[in-house]
Amino acid sequence: MAVQSPARPAAVVAPPPAPRRRRSPVTWARRGGLTNLLFLLPLLVVFGVFSWAPIAQSVVMSFQRTNLVGPVHFVGLDNFAQVLGDPLLWTAVGNTLWFAALALVFGYPIPLVAAVLISEVRARRGLFSALAYLPVVVPPVVAVLLWKFFYDASPSGVFNTVLGWVGLGPWQWLQDPGSAMPALVLEATWAAAGGTVIIYLAALAGVSAEQYEAAEIDGAGIWRKIWHVTLPRLRGVLLVTFILQIIGTAQVFLEPFLFTGGGPANSTMTVLLLIYDYAFGSSLGGDYGAATALSIMLAAVLAVLSALYLRVTKSWSAT
Amino acid sequence: MKSYRSTLAAALVLPLLMTACGSSPDDELNADGKVVLTVAMDAGLESKAIEAFNARVAQFEQANPDIDVKPQEYTWTAATFTAQLAGGTAPDVLTVPFTDGRGLIERKQIADISSRVAALPYTSGLNPTVAKAGQSADGKQWAVPIAAYGQALHYNRTLFTQAGLDPDKPPTTWAEVRSAAKQITDRTGQAGYAQMTQGNTGGWILTTLDYAFGGRTEKIDGDKAEATVDTPEMTEVLTTLRAMRWDDNSMGANFLYDWAGINQDFAAGRIGMYVSGGGNYGNLLTQNGLKPADYGVAALPLADKPDAGVLGGGTLAVVSSNAGERGRDAAVKWIDFYYMGKLTNQDAAVADAKTLSETKQPVGVPALPVVDRATYDKQQEWVKQYVNVPLTQMKPYTDRMFDQPLVTEPTKSTQEVYKILDTTVQKLLTDRGADVAALLKAADADAQSTIGRG
Repeated sequence: MAVQSPARPAAVVAPPPAPRRRRSPVTWARRGGLTNLLFLLPLLVVFGVFSWAPIAQSVVMSFQRTNLVGPVHFVGLDNFAQVLGDPLLWTAVGNTLWFAALALVFGYPIPLVAAVLISEVRARRGLFSALAYLPVVVPPVVAVLLWKFFYDASPSGVFNTVLGWVGLGPWQWLQDPGSAMPALVLEATWAAAGGTVIIYLAALAGVSAEQYEAAEIDGAGIWRKIWHVTLPRLRGVLLVTFILQIIGTAQVFLEPFLFTGGGPANSTMTVLLLIYDYAFGSSLGGDYGAATALSIMLAAVLAVLSALYLRVTKSWSAT
Repeated sequence: MKSYRSTLAAALVLPLLMTACGSSPDDELNADGKVVLTVAMDAGLESKAIEAFNARVAQFEQANPDIDVKPQEYTWTAATFTAQLAGGTAPDVLTVPFTDGRGLIERKQIADISSRVAALPYTSGLNPTVAKAGQSADGKQWAVPIAAYGQALHYNRTLFTQAGLDPDKPPTTWAEVRSAAKQITDRTGQAGYAQMTQGNTGGWILTTLDYAFGGRTEKIDGDKAEATVDTPEMTEVLTTLRAMRWDDNSMGANFLYDWAGINQDFAAGRIGMYVSGGGNYGNLLTQNGLKPADYGVAALPLADKPDAGVLGGGTLAVVSSNAGERGRDAAVKWIDFYYMGKLTNQDAAVADAKTLSETKQPVGVPALPVVDRATYDKQQEWVKQYVNVPLTQMKPYTDRMFDQPLVTEPTKSTQEVYKILDTTVQKLLTDRGADVAALLKAADADAQSTIGRG
């Protein structure tokens, strides 16, 4: 667009924009501004009260020492320094990265493979989609309680019984610092995969049949069709689900909280669980300042990460 | 555009301002002008227990027509307590452990009801060691001690019998605990001995065992406190536990128990022995469906050392700082009626025991006295005819509970140090290669820095 054609007829050149007139509140109201605002108001109030107010309050609280009942003291950056000096923070960061890595290795490709397979089958596609989505319908706490039975480390536990049939086990599952985190990822993948499968299936529906037919005529088998037709068409969606997964795994809380409470010996202590512990670990007025300071740092890191990711992948995501 | 922006800004800021506004505590009144008092009722009670509680509420309302009592399910947990208190969702009258009393009072997180408590006839007769847990530095009684306990060894008589052990002769030394645990696991396949490890209970029980072996986890000298986690006694505790876990394999397969979880598994017959408060029978029966015939409780085995003692604690009734003046009056009346009356007044004790026994709730669960021993003995006499718990199965504990030296819980950063010890015991029980000396060295340093900060 940098080079203008000199042959362009003058008549086509757009006229210069008219100077913007400043609208008075009366004109704004007459043109329906009030009605718009009225419709917008419930949303703004709900957002204000339930989203923005807590965010603003937590930013303020990260510079304070308070037990929410007694007087509040401003402590500057002390809370941030305290959090950064806590050796448990680095354990939690390490564990969260480990969870994220495991979730990416197992949790990211499995829904994709499942979606491609479901889209390939001709009969009972609806049934398979429903089965894939079923775990999402189970309330998360119920799912965790269910999996606690599966993970029972005694020989009579569900998984250990099954392993016993083929002469394996009993495995320790959640009771061993080495296997606790993979066990959490397995349940988290099972619980969350259904939602992603549905997103992929919807995206796959948008791939036109002609492209597959053309590929078939060119002699492509199923793998080449997936590699050259399906995946390029899904690229945009894949990039979005990737960053959503990163953000989701960085904020993992439910599984370690309900399964292990961060144990055994802090092996499943994640950043969000640490925030929770700062705030609620002590019965005598938790360290809300440290908890909010770490929350703000986590939010900042995730925001920077997302921005970088979007910038780096901008050119890839054009489909 | 500008007007849009300012409108938008106003819409965003206004709710912030609205939420920032607070208010001083006012009494909540119902339509009839009665003061509304929310009172704690144990969470997860079975229907008969709720019935018993509601019957007591009705009796109270009849005697106090200007008070409207609303029971609210509440169980103290370290994690939710302050948030409930700060958020105003805790009941007006609630219970907290002894360890939190002083801290809550110092931080003024609870209401000062000391002048009202002083007016109660039995306040001067409270057991002085126990009363101290609810007093401010200047000796005012801000919180009322309502129950006291000493730790005990709970055991499953049925599993003992199945394992070929005599249920009337429970272990009296830790060596006997170890051999009984091994025998139970070998013969029944269940955990011989299990231990809490999560939600600060790991530290609570580890400290109990340390006391039983003659150790202490902190040394107080005036205002100075020193963590003494890394000691020969604690080393002995961890070495014993490690042998039971890794050599005998007699500690079952769950090493992430909290109080509720271990009670549940014990009541279900999956645990041979565990350590918890001597009065646990009530919870096991009313919330976990324990079969009374299974139950046995023994005095905690103590090492043959002069400092060996039983960790003791208890429960304080406190009033939320959200309660107004009339609410505080009503709250103290409720504490007097529901918690203290049954300990100090014959009519109240009989009425309480009668209601409980009619609704098939436990009466006569062993507890240490919060009032003086004479009043305690009288109270036991008053309710004798309603006692419905298997007293003979509790004899190994009740015969010795007054003779064992009682040691109070650590006082500095108690819950924080318990949390550090949670990690220690979890590591010991889940990592075969864990080095006891290194674990204790790390825990000691962490505890010291926590106590220093607190």
